[in-house]
Amino acid sequence: MTRYVLRAASLAVALGIWQLLTSLNIDLWLRFSQFPTVADVARAFADRLSGPDYWTDLTDSLTRILTGFLLAAVLGVATGVLVARSRLAEDLLGPVLEVVRPIPAIALVPVAILLFPSNEQGIVFITFTAAFFPVLVSTRHAVRALTPVWEEAVLTMGGGRWRILGSVVLPGALPGIFGGLSVGIGVSWICVISAEMISGQYGVGYRTWQDYTVVNYAGVFVGMVTIGVLGWLTSTAVEVLGRRLTRWLPRTSYVPAGRTPRRVSRAAAAVPASPTPQEDVPHDQLV
Amino acid sequence: MTSSSDARSPSRTGAALALHGATLGRPGAPVLDGVDLEVAPGEILTVVGPSGCGKSTLLRTLSGLLSPLAGEAGQDGRPLTGPAADRALIFQEDALLPWRTLRANVELPLAIKGLPRAERRRQAEAWLERVGLAEQSRHLPHRVSGGQRQRAQLARALAGAPRAVLMDEPFGALDAQTRAGMQDLLVEVLHGTGATVVFVTHDVDEALFLGDRVALIGSGHLTAVRDVPRPRDRTAHDDPARVALRREVLTSLGT
Repeated sequence: MTRYVLRAASLAVALGIWQLLTSLNIDLWLRFSQFPTVADVARAFADRLSGPDYWTDLTDSLTRILTGFLLAAVLGVATGVLVARSRLAEDLLGPVLEVVRPIPAIALVPVAILLFPSNEQGIVFITFTAAFFPVLVSTRHAVRALTPVWEEAVLTMGGGRWRILGSVVLPGALPGIFGGLSVGIGVSWICVISAEMISGQYGVGYRTWQDYTVVNYAGVFVGMVTIGVLGWLTSTAVEVLGRRLTRWLPRTSYVPAGRTPRRVSRAAAAVPASPTPQEDVPHDQLV
Repeated sequence: MTSSSDARSPSRTGAALALHGATLGRPGAPVLDGVDLEVAPGEILTVVGPSGCGKSTLLRTLSGLLSPLAGEAGQDGRPLTGPAADRALIFQEDALLPWRTLRANVELPLAIKGLPRAERRRQAEAWLERVGLAEQSRHLPHRVSGGQRQRAQLARALAGAPRAVLMDEPFGALDAQTRAGMQDLLVEVLHGTGATVVFVTHDVDEALFLGDRVALIGSGHLTAVRDVPRPRDRTAHDDPARVALRREVLTSLGT
């Protein structure tokens, strides 16, 4: 509970400093006099929320990023597994992938414009490319790092290639895959917003850039806050899903203990020796 | 792959598991040479030798994970063509899938055989009960002790009803007390399955307690196969036959 209070306080202090600097028109080396105040932004936000465009922008951006990201997740995992498990696939795909990988997805805008009949598909393509490589690389690493005895055990039970894929490779690589997905969703946002700024119609990035060109600075900040919140929500969704699917990972009991649990354990220690004190601690952590 | 003369073909023997004139190891790195070994149906053969002598290579070859570099490997008169459910392998290290509960791990070979869910659940529970893990069947492997994990591995191996069980120092990482308990459990659980067992160990007493016969490996060869006096007895230290055998095994280990 205290942790949430601390987190809320951290946000509140940041907003407070912003409001202070802008409302006092502080002009030292950094010039806050041109900056909209928090109150300005809040007012602009309220106006936006009541108009129809805001929600269209929101759903457009979300549709683009989800389409691109889901495609990247599926194809990234599939390609990563293929490249990690098959020498032929590695030889055939590896060089192309390694050459394309360092190109920033946003630099593919001209390619997208040439390739795709509509801007919409181009934006999805750029978002896809952005997320594809982090997912691919972390999947490849995770699959190569799998303990060989897991596979050998399933082989000696008579399991075939698909059984090993479904029962060993995918579940075993899942923690690593989700590392790539977390990175991927972040990069996807960067690229969807940039692509919208360059070539979009509707979308949060498009709107933010429009506001900038018509000198509506409060509107620019509304856009930025929106991007921030959406990005945070989607990364949290990926992380929560990842944690649910990898619940089997042995977690060390002492790391997340923080402040509150310590107080709890002191209270528990006050109770005279409980009958089964270490029942829930995994054996390997008792040593 | 197999180029041996037909006179020594495994199909002519009544052995459950057989190696004939076999060279074992990874390609380019042979570890054991000229291995001739026949394991009778239902027998427990223990294999002892110093570490690095090729015991694990022998087991991996019998499991089908490795092919012999020369010579032949066979089961029940047929040459081995790769790993199969007929030959379960139990590893020294923890080979349970950590994201599956003990029961789900034991269900795995049954699922591979295509049993319906309810039936494999029932059989898995029954096997876990036989190895004394009924209470822990819903636990994840990291929640139970090393000895319990090895018992679960045993249950998983036997659940698939293999005709041969290959065990690679399965109790090597356990303390002496747990280990003795596991040996008793193994003998008890194997009883009635009719499974042929090849059990690799570096512990002489374990080899002599479990084995119907004991095979000695040293300096790149299978040096001898000896019958072990019966019945099983951990305390018969004054029996001259056992003392002589124990001395021979210890000598072969170079201790």
